[in-house]
Amino acid sequence: MDPSRFSDTLRRHGLELTRGATTTLQVNVGLACDLACRHCHLEAGPGRAETMGHETVEAVIACAGRFSFAAIDITGGAPELLPRLPHLIGSLAPLTPKLIVRTNLAVLMRPASAALPELYREHGVALTASLPAANAAQTTAQRGEGVWETSIAALRRLNGLGYGVAGSGLELDLVANPTGAFLPAPQGQMEKKFRQDLERHHAVSFNHLYTFANVPLGRFRAWLERSGNLAAYMARLEGSFNPCTLPGLMCRSLISVNWDGSLFDCDFNLAAGLYHGGRRQHIAELAELPPAGTPIPVGDHCFACAAGSGFT
Amino acid sequence: METYYDPADLAAFGDIGKAAPGLAAKFFDYYGAVFAEGALSEREKALIALAVAHAVQCPYCIDAYTTACLEKGSNLEEMTEALHVTNAIRGGASLVHGVQMRKIAEKMSL
Repeated sequence: MDPSRFSDTLRRHGLELTRGATTTLQVNVGLACDLACRHCHLEAGPGRAETMGHETVEAVIACAGRFSFAAIDITGGAPELLPRLPHLIGSLAPLTPKLIVRTNLAVLMRPASAALPELYREHGVALTASLPAANAAQTTAQRGEGVWETSIAALRRLNGLGYGVAGSGLELDLVANPTGAFLPAPQGQMEKKFRQDLERHHAVSFNHLYTFANVPLGRFRAWLERSGNLAAYMARLEGSFNPCTLPGLMCRSLISVNWDGSLFDCDFNLAAGLYHGGRRQHIAELAELPPAGTPIPVGDHCFACAAGSGFT
Repeated sequence: METYYDPADLAAFGDIGKAAPGLAAKFFDYYGAVFAEGALSEREKALIALAVAHAVQCPYCIDAYTTACLEKGSNLEEMTEALHVTNAIRGGASLVHGVQMRKIAEKMSL
């Protein structure tokens, strides 16, 4: 697919993708991960050594202090593999009303992560956990052997601490990406099914489930190409383009900082190498938040966020 | 090789309305209403459609409802069980006619 097709689609609908008010700082602490999920747009995995260094961690904390973010969202890779994660959490938590850590769950069951769930609870961190399906077969297909079992064990541990338990105030949300070259199920219906299956069969509870389309970048794109699914998947995404998703897209309100400090409008543009503002800029140089109306660089991967009910 | 069934033809299903648009509109409106969330969920209806698609052995329908089942959140285990329901009814429908066979045979036999 021609990289300008998304721009063409916007033009045909008389639309532009530009930034609104910046309310969220997303911090990608690196590509190191204990898993190598087959849909990962960043190709994170155990073989990746790129992680955020001390100076960049401090620049992120300084940035969070300089501006007021309604939410700060820590992602990776597996954030839990960043040795400075406790320092980052302890420093960011007082600076924002909502601190989110994205977790692959399995990493929490490593002995080295034993103290992290209590640390999360202490700082009121909201957890967003990846779980593609409420069954072993699909979870294993996307995330690898043994991940289903460790994910369920991690969810039980988090529930034991109050995460995802009604009335605790400790938020545990799940994110499910489809386990193949097809679009995600409608969120409401899928949440109902997950809740029923996880509660009934595994005594696991959670707050909300979010379903998102897989983004055709990185390892997922390579699989699409290898398996002969790329053209049909891109056509499916493009055919599901929903102009109503545009106002709520995360790239309009989020600034994403990579492990090396460079800035992007979202984690997918980060994976695609499309810098915020069209040029490489370090978070330490961010003197003011991007003004509303700043254009957002786009590529064909943007169809994934604008398909169906969208990726917000 | 040319075949009667080309997967790309599925996308042209709507063209059937070019010759008799009124009838097609009625059919597609009805079709859409049938598959909307109701007393049964969209996911359950897609599983039924998948089972029926195998009973009528329609390659277009199998293609469409395999994708629909996955996109409504079903997994291969559930979809395979739906197919066994098809198989049980198809097989059972043959076997239950054995009652006719037995009646006729018994009537003709000493």
